[in-house]
Amino acid sequence: MNSYDLNKYLGVNILGVPREDEYWKYPGIPSVERMRRGPVAVVECFQEIPCDVCEYLCPVGAIKVGHPITNLPVLDQNRCKGCKQCIAGCPGLAIFVVELREDVAKISLPYELLPVPSVGEMVELLDRLGNIVGVGKVIEVLYNERWDDTYVVTVMVPKELAFKVRAIKVKTG
Amino acid sequence: MNEHVVDILVIGSGPAGLMAAIEAAKLGVKAVAVIDEKFLLGGQLFKQIHKFFGSKEHYAGIRGFKIGKTLIEEAKNLGVSLLSGTSVVWVFEPYEEIKKVIAHNPEQGTFVIKSKRVIIATGARENVIHFPGWTLPGVMGAGALQTLMNVHRVLPGDDAVVVGSGNVGLIVAYQLIQAGAKVRGIVEALPKVGGWGVHAAKILRLGVPIYLSHTIKEASGGEWVESVTIWEIDKNWKPISGTEKNLDTELVCLAVGMSPNTELTRAIGARHIYLSALGGWVPLHGKNMETTVEGFYVAGDVAGVEEASVAMDEGRIAAISCAEDLGVLDSENAENMKEKIWNRLAELRSGPFSEPRKRAKEVLLREFEKYKPSRLKKYSEVNP
Repeated sequence: MNSYDLNKYLGVNILGVPREDEYWKYPGIPSVERMRRGPVAVVECFQEIPCDVCEYLCPVGAIKVGHPITNLPVLDQNRCKGCKQCIAGCPGLAIFVVELREDVAKISLPYELLPVPSVGEMVELLDRLGNIVGVGKVIEVLYNERWDDTYVVTVMVPKELAFKVRAIKVKTG
Repeated sequence: MNEHVVDILVIGSGPAGLMAAIEAAKLGVKAVAVIDEKFLLGGQLFKQIHKFFGSKEHYAGIRGFKIGKTLIEEAKNLGVSLLSGTSVVWVFEPYEEIKKVIAHNPEQGTFVIKSKRVIIATGARENVIHFPGWTLPGVMGAGALQTLMNVHRVLPGDDAVVVGSGNVGLIVAYQLIQAGAKVRGIVEALPKVGGWGVHAAKILRLGVPIYLSHTIKEASGGEWVESVTIWEIDKNWKPISGTEKNLDTELVCLAVGMSPNTELTRAIGARHIYLSALGGWVPLHGKNMETTVEGFYVAGDVAGVEEASVAMDEGRIAAISCAEDLGVLDSENAENMKEKIWNRLAELRSGPFSEPRKRAKEVLLREFEKYKPSRLKKYSEVNP
């Protein structure tokens, strides 16, 4: 956990991590309503950097960067099927898939550390600043050779943490 | 003394140099050689275990060391001669049509490589900052740390403090975590993160604090680093007493920017310009990537510290220009190819992060026009 209060520095232009009021304005972020309808990509790419990998990762053409290559990725939330094919390939590890259910949320995230968790394992849930905000169950671990050592882990989290949790910590020892 | 004769000699085997050699060979230049002082070819690519940004033309989405393997393989398949562990000592007669590059390696001793065109792609070196205790073992540059961790698989400490929050600092912090180290913090003198938000987000969510408006006061320990003291700085970059914090760490990783390796562009007498956005002194070059000394081209970080994607494209342009010069490519085709790449570079350099570098490159290109050399006769005209 962060012993140093980073909260006061939040903001895309200072820390690279958005404040809540900035977050929903970005074209890669689907609506809450859409997340309720089923899994959907959440593209947390907030700065104009030269990269268009996500555009080619999406099998249904739901993410567009276009030209110039520094455009922010735009998500077509109705086209997106939440297939998770984009998560592992993003060099910025900035794409998540979120699904909101009645009282829980499912968050799929990229994972490049060891050990890789197994399905059913309880892991610590970390927010954007690394604070432990709860414990969740791993319900799916996906891997594909093309992903080159990046795993896609899905955790079940309490619904109110759906927009907070962006990393997991596997308990060791 | 041994002698080698080639059409294009590329000095440096990083993304710019390898891409230049590949492009030249693809265009039909017969004898292309790449020389590198390191025993492992690929420049910094083999230290990079993260997936690269950019577009398909820049192998985006692929881990750096795999791009290195791919490029070396491709160069070999195209018949490019690759000479590792060989330093360039000097260049004789840089103003003659045939350049004489003096090289040395332990097996062959000192020898001459004669080349019609030379592409200098010597990259950049890391900057250092000095503080009490900076000579203690455990204080090292990000490049050294990446070499130990990612190439030799040695983690030189269990915990680390990274100085500098540019992309290199942020990426190396993430790699330290991947290697199993505890990153105690990133120290950044500016009041904001220097690198891309996506890189910062990766490590912030794993609990790494970023100390903005802070600098390192000293590193202390007996035989090696045991802890560092950091303190806050004010708007005038003056440290504020009483704000000191101690962080226990075995490693202090310096990621405080890079400067172009201009020894060779100096040796040939090329004109340079100081542009801080590009890392300091850089050789002037035109849209062909040619320096103010005819027949010598530059590509990659030596021509201004930027991204690997930019380096690859500059390498391509240098190769196309050389091929055109050597008469293996007609001017119309060459112009079209170069224009396409320049358009792509303009895209890569758009956006807020690249704005200062884009402007600096424009200044550099304008300045070149004042000093550009009168064209050499095309090689095809000399040897019909």
